[in-house]
Amino acid sequence: MSMFAEVTMSRPLKEVLAIVRHVPFRVAVCLIIIGLFALAAMAPKVLQTHDPLAIDLRSSLQSPSIEHWLGTDQLGRDLYSRVVEGAGQSLAIGLGATALSMSIAIVFGAAAALSGGVFDSILSRIVDVLFAIPTLLLALVFVTVFGPSVLTEVIAVGIGTAPGYARMIRGQMLSIKGTGYVEAAKVLGHPFSRIVWRHILPNAMNPLTAMMTIGVGQAIIWASGLAFLGLGVAPPAPEWGALLNAGRNYVIYAWWLEIIPGLAVSAFALSVTIVGRHLQDRLEGKR
Amino acid sequence: MTLILTTRNDAVKTIANHPIIWFARRILSGVAVVWAAATFAFAIQCVLPGDRAQIIINVTSGNVGPASSAELAAINAKYGFDQPLAVQYGKYILRILHGDLGESYQQHRPVAGIIAEQIGPTIILAIAALLIAWIIAILTTLFIAGRDNIWSKLLNDTQVFLATVPPYWLATILLVVFAVKLRIFPVIGGNSPIGLVLPTLALALELSGFFGQVVQNEFTRVLEQPFVTSARARGMSDFGVRLRHVLRHAALPGITLSGWALGKLLSGAILIEVVFARQGLGGVLVAATSSRDVPIVSGAVLISAGLFVVASVIVDLTYRVVDPRIKLT
Repeated sequence: MSMFAEVTMSRPLKEVLAIVRHVPFRVAVCLIIIGLFALAAMAPKVLQTHDPLAIDLRSSLQSPSIEHWLGTDQLGRDLYSRVVEGAGQSLAIGLGATALSMSIAIVFGAAAALSGGVFDSILSRIVDVLFAIPTLLLALVFVTVFGPSVLTEVIAVGIGTAPGYARMIRGQMLSIKGTGYVEAAKVLGHPFSRIVWRHILPNAMNPLTAMMTIGVGQAIIWASGLAFLGLGVAPPAPEWGALLNAGRNYVIYAWWLEIIPGLAVSAFALSVTIVGRHLQDRLEGKR
Repeated sequence: MTLILTTRNDAVKTIANHPIIWFARRILSGVAVVWAAATFAFAIQCVLPGDRAQIIINVTSGNVGPASSAELAAINAKYGFDQPLAVQYGKYILRILHGDLGESYQQHRPVAGIIAEQIGPTIILAIAALLIAWIIAILTTLFIAGRDNIWSKLLNDTQVFLATVPPYWLATILLVVFAVKLRIFPVIGGNSPIGLVLPTLALALELSGFFGQVVQNEFTRVLEQPFVTSARARGMSDFGVRLRHVLRHAALPGITLSGWALGKLLSGAILIEVVFARQGLGGVLVAATSSRDVPIVSGAVLISAGLFVVASVIVDLTYRVVDPRIKLT
């Protein structure tokens, strides 16, 4: 526990620097992969070899080659360039959904943990009920109500994943509420609001950072899952989920159309998960 | 005064700990969850943007244009939309109590019937996957976990991989490798047992990653407990210790996880059924979502909440059998 307090009490910037200094090899690899995806999202032209929308019917459904690194789709469009192009929208959806679900979860989780009593029970029961509905089904509900669009996708995934996070945050806050330093602050006569802002929230932030990092990967997986089912972004946009949905019909003749966009989703999700877990271990002072 | 209070509290606790009281409370809270889910399902139908009668007409007929006021009035009267919300809500709950989940806008059949028809294959898939996931997690933990060698590290990485990558991607890889390239399994399996193998495996692999990680964590923790050392000191073999003493403890968090896994299984099953074009809830739900057939989706919400409640009661009961130290909390 002393370790926990020590690590979290020090200055954030110093902490980050100390972490950067000894990064394990696999985490470094994951950071590079995330960096490449970020580059693809912000400046896709730098990485693309072809125009992602250029139709060339003579070279349709080609398997990966030197000319087309990851093959072509049914209209002869270069899959590699399309995956690069799709990174922007996919990452934006993932980040948006994570931001939404975390905001909901923090409000619910913190309100429940900090208020305690009947209010806590009521909020927890609401979260329990939403938790009883599978994430994908909850997301489907929102698509049914609002119709498929990018915004719906973000809302559906954001709300669908929120109950799980709300539970975790509530638990996190409750455990911090019971620590010695919060007790000490109470004994010293600090007002409750000050204790919340100065002690509980900052200490809850660190585990949250790790949770959020992993959450972005999960959000992209859920969003691409929705799109895979044909309930996401409209086809011409080469978002990863849309690519997956388009490739579904060709999986028997052209496996790359399905496996490659899935690989992009998986590689990104795996990278952020490994980085997130590393952060978790470091920030929480485990090992 | 304090003394009396404490003894009264203790008395209350003892009564609350009685199995029957505990069970009754458990069932009651389960009913509350289902009721809340029903309220949520009702709310979904009410918040649909636009006029509900208009949407129903559009979904039913497939047209987009506005309907005549006579048509709208007929639909409003048929579904009772002209009544106050409180009355509609009361009728909705009453119908659910009679096992009526409403009628599909598109198929013009009771939702309960549609779901009952399709849920069988989905439940078979989910239970098969749960069992296989458990077998994989337990076997790998028994033989590999807690040893400091390359296999242990490899297992750990594999579990992270399986738990993280999207289930539909794993399923597609299995489909391409084993059905399209190697032709071991049929591409579209239908409901035959052989067609169940790949979908089950796809769903189970993902879940085994989760189970494996949790069980393995607990396993390595328990390996350091004094009773393990004492069993070793009595001359018990390493494998015997793992099987007889450690696994039982390590399985506890896994049991809790099984209840939680239900949601994951249902989400995964929807996706995987679509990958393998299997009959089941997945196809129905996707079709209902894209045609905005709200009664089917909200019916599925209600059913899955009910399944979740049943599963968590089963989990709690199992917990008591495996870990007698826990007295009904």
